[in-house]
Amino acid sequence: MDGVVQLQKQLVDYSASLFDEGILDEQFNQLQQLQDESNPDFVVEVVSLFFEDSERLLNELGKALEQQTVDFKKVDAHVHQLKGSSSSIGAQRVQKLCIGFRNYCEELNTEGCLKCLQQVKHEYSLVKTKLETLFKLERQLIAAGGSIPT
Amino acid sequence: MSFSAPLMENGFSSPRNESFPAGLRVLVVDDDPTWLKILEKMLKKCSYEVTTCGLAREALKLLRERKDGYDIVISDVNMPDMDGFKLLEHVGLEMDLPVLMMSVDGETSRVMKGVQHGACDYLLKPIRMKELRNIWQHVFRKKIHEIRDIESHDSFDGIQISINGSDLSDDGHMFCGEDLTSVRKRKEFENKHDDVGDHSSPKKHRVVWSVDLHQKFVKAVNQIGFDSKYEVGPKKILDLMNVPWLTRENVASHLQKYRLYLSRLQKENDLKASFGGIKLSDLPSKDPAGSFGVQSSISGNQNDVPNGRYQYSGENFFAQDLDTKNHEGDLKRVVSESTDTKSTLTADLPDPQETRSSQMSFDHSFASLDSEVNYTAIPAQYSWSEAPQFKEEHKPLLQLEDGFSQLPPSGLHHIQIDPLQSASSITSGLSVTGREICGPEKIKPLYAQFNGNHVSLLSPKESAIDSFPVQSKSHMVKHQSFEPISTAISGMKPQGFNLSCITDFESCQRNLISATDTTFAPFNEDLTVCWLQGDCHSMNFELPNVEFTDYTDPGFIAEFPIYLCDTLTSDNECPFDTPEYPIVDQGLFLS
Repeated sequence: MDGVVQLQKQLVDYSASLFDEGILDEQFNQLQQLQDESNPDFVVEVVSLFFEDSERLLNELGKALEQQTVDFKKVDAHVHQLKGSSSSIGAQRVQKLCIGFRNYCEELNTEGCLKCLQQVKHEYSLVKTKLETLFKLERQLIAAGGSIPT
Repeated sequence: MSFSAPLMENGFSSPRNESFPAGLRVLVVDDDPTWLKILEKMLKKCSYEVTTCGLAREALKLLRERKDGYDIVISDVNMPDMDGFKLLEHVGLEMDLPVLMMSVDGETSRVMKGVQHGACDYLLKPIRMKELRNIWQHVFRKKIHEIRDIESHDSFDGIQISINGSDLSDDGHMFCGEDLTSVRKRKEFENKHDDVGDHSSPKKHRVVWSVDLHQKFVKAVNQIGFDSKYEVGPKKILDLMNVPWLTRENVASHLQKYRLYLSRLQKENDLKASFGGIKLSDLPSKDPAGSFGVQSSISGNQNDVPNGRYQYSGENFFAQDLDTKNHEGDLKRVVSESTDTKSTLTADLPDPQETRSSQMSFDHSFASLDSEVNYTAIPAQYSWSEAPQFKEEHKPLLQLEDGFSQLPPSGLHHIQIDPLQSASSITSGLSVTGREICGPEKIKPLYAQFNGNHVSLLSPKESAIDSFPVQSKSHMVKHQSFEPISTAISGMKPQGFNLSCITDFESCQRNLISATDTTFAPFNEDLTVCWLQGDCHSMNFELPNVEFTDYTDPGFIAEFPIYLCDTLTSDNECPFDTPEYPIVDQGLFLS
């Protein structure tokens, strides 16, 4: 059916763009490969966990950096966690920003940290939106009777 | 009693044997829920049996509940409730399982720390499937080493040593249990790999180290120590012991445990010292159940010791929360089976040795005290009669400790020397000479003189010395090491008493203990030991303070002085300048 083929192409193109733009990396592919019949929603589940965890971390970071005396160790710990988390699904840009973020923590640079936090939040929103779109496309494709190309 | 059948059936339900590595039982510990889910999926795809855990403490609990329920542990380095490295140490010590560390941080220093703590590998996140597919190699390797270790001893000739579980105290039983596990593993391994090893020899049964047997062992160790500092080896010990059915392999593994025990004691000592004294009141005066005759409560009653007792505040002893009970068995296994660690240890040895001689200071941070220190202290306890033996073998000590406790070998070594020296000095002060103290019997009189508080320390061991219960014994050992010192100290009039020696000793003790603590954290007994250490430490730190009379734990006293005295006698020189670590435990540590 044209419709399905169309949807499929759309999905493939969209997916490719995410990789091309460096929003997602190889790890995301790995996740997709792990998905199987026994766990058809694996990727969506994992990504949902990532969203939850990240939002929590971003909140914590915001709070920590607002303190009178910033506890950089704590901030660093959160960033480290965020780095690990983002690496799990391949959110490359977020992960990379975390590296710089940790440097600022080491330098006890509040300004730098705040700036990083902004950037991280931005990138996080971006990857979240993109992934949500991707999943939507997948659902549409499946609803139309198609299957997700591997 | 043949353990073959039960061994195979016991808790060995997974199909590992048949289709290894499929069915490999993996425990994954990571506070990141996303990674936990991903790893679970990946491992399942590898046909492994996966259990996930979000907290380190929970993981330890799971591991302890099912001593033999897992083959390998994969843990993240950064976790909220416990440092991954600590978990690593615990697992290594208690369960002797291969542990893989993982982190998104691949800094060399972190990786090195992982290796130092005994990690089999360090994986960088994001982790790929192919990396996980091969983790079975670590399990396999460990098994091979175990088998090789067993087979390398001459005794593989069908000597069946029955385990007298019934005669043993709890520790003994634990010991047996653990042994069975290891024996089982060997069996299982051998069954799977016919070409590996020698199948002609029957499976070796674990030996139950009864009090008598252990005393013979200690005696032999001491004897050897007297003659040659650096030559205490299982073969020699075996010869001296003159126990026909005992094999060199049995002795070797027992020796290893003993060393660990000593180091643990020492560590505790150190920890205590560093923490400013232990709460004596916290020391449970339990019966040395199965511990090496440690009278103090330390022995065997791990259960009794409240987890919270341990006041190693500095040290992150999760042990406190640990259920020592479970550890006994594990510890045993760990000790006896940590062939892998042993190899790790060897590598570390050179360092400790050097450091040892150079450092006499006992305010070394005990937390990281390496096992060496501990060893010195511990051996003393074991071999009551062998105080003079401190010198000899640092090496073995180090080895055991390193491998066993996976403690970062740092600076502990030097501490060891100290205690010995102090022990020496103590001895001089005392009328008891090391040689005289040979054997528990001798110690008795010693103790008697020292302190009314010290109750029959020597003899208590009788009950305690059964199979060197890893956990309880180590605790006991620890205590013991301390006690003797204190006893010795208190008993002796400070004349000729080199307080500084004591201090050193204590520091060594502490190091030993702290070092051991790390590994033995789960043992409540350690806590008790700490207690002792506290005593000792208080003594040490203020040189003139030689009052050990508050040793409430007779067990400690008994053990301690004995070897202290011995050491003292043998090392009459200034404790500080003996780079060699007096052989606390004949050759246990030194070789």
